[in-house]
Amino acid sequence: MTVEASWYLTLAAVLFTIGAIGLLVRRNVLVMFMCVELMLNAANLTFVTFARRLNDIAGQTAVFFVLVVAAAEVVVGLGIIVSIYRRRPGATADDVHGLKG
Amino acid sequence: MTYTLAATLPDAITFAIAAVICVTGALGVVLARNPVHSALMLVMTLFGVAVLFVEENAQFLAAVQVIVYAGAIVVLFLFVIMLLGVDQKEAIERDPLPAQRPVAICLGILGLAEVILLARGRWPSGAKSVSGSLGHPAGNVALIGRSVFTTYLLAFEVTSALLVVAVVGAVVLARRPRRRLGEHGAPPGPEIEPGNMTGGLETSDPEAGDHDATATAADDGEPGLGEVAEPQVSAP
Repeated sequence: MTVEASWYLTLAAVLFTIGAIGLLVRRNVLVMFMCVELMLNAANLTFVTFARRLNDIAGQTAVFFVLVVAAAEVVVGLGIIVSIYRRRPGATADDVHGLKG
Repeated sequence: MTYTLAATLPDAITFAIAAVICVTGALGVVLARNPVHSALMLVMTLFGVAVLFVEENAQFLAAVQVIVYAGAIVVLFLFVIMLLGVDQKEAIERDPLPAQRPVAICLGILGLAEVILLARGRWPSGAKSVSGSLGHPAGNVALIGRSVFTTYLLAFEVTSALLVVAVVGAVVLARRPRRRLGEHGAPPGPEIEPGNMTGGLETSDPEAGDHDATATAADDGEPGLGEVAEPQVSAP
């Protein structure tokens, strides 16, 4: 019994799909952010799988940079969420569609 | 090209368990009604992915995954959930786009099927070891370090600029505008000395700003804030 690279890639595709569906279905902004994290993790898994398959360290380095970008994105996104909730508590993603405070 | 990742039974068992953990956690993130449960399920998925990283000889990334993602990012999520008090149920009944839910699920499953069908048996291949081979698993940290500080040095430097911009942006976003603070701070208490109150707010700017923001978000209690702030000023 072997663990082919395709198994990892399929698992990453499944994780990405669950994250994408959650991003579209959920209304809570924080949960939508968690779904974005899921999608980023699926992409990371793909990077690492190809790094192993092609025997190339660059895939793992790419994951390193994705981690940094994800951290920056979470910081800024949570700042935006905090400032939105400060103005109108209990807001969902649909309540802030107007792009005006 | 039939390159197999690992050929032993323990590897397959590890992969199966980690995959089940990952998918269960991901489904939990999407399906849980409570955002706190979603965050904990996210931790589960992140641990599963970390196990898979170890399985694929990315030991350093597995450690970073646990420390940065599960340790820092999810805790940040939980902090914001607790700070804002948004751990209530989602109001689903007033959905402005009723058709969005089934359409989203159909599109997602369609995309997944498309990827799997198109890629079956034709996983992309490429030149091997273009920017350095993986080498022995024990030297993983050294290899990543060499790669980051030689081949990808420019990207690494730009990353530091990105982090600085993110920190500055977060501080600017989370700060309370001074103008709004002034006009909200004026009405509440004619019985409280206005000079005392604004002075107290001015001196402890960042922490106090966050505090009174949560207080106003929680129970709209600007007068309560004044009552709380007043004994602090007069006690010493």
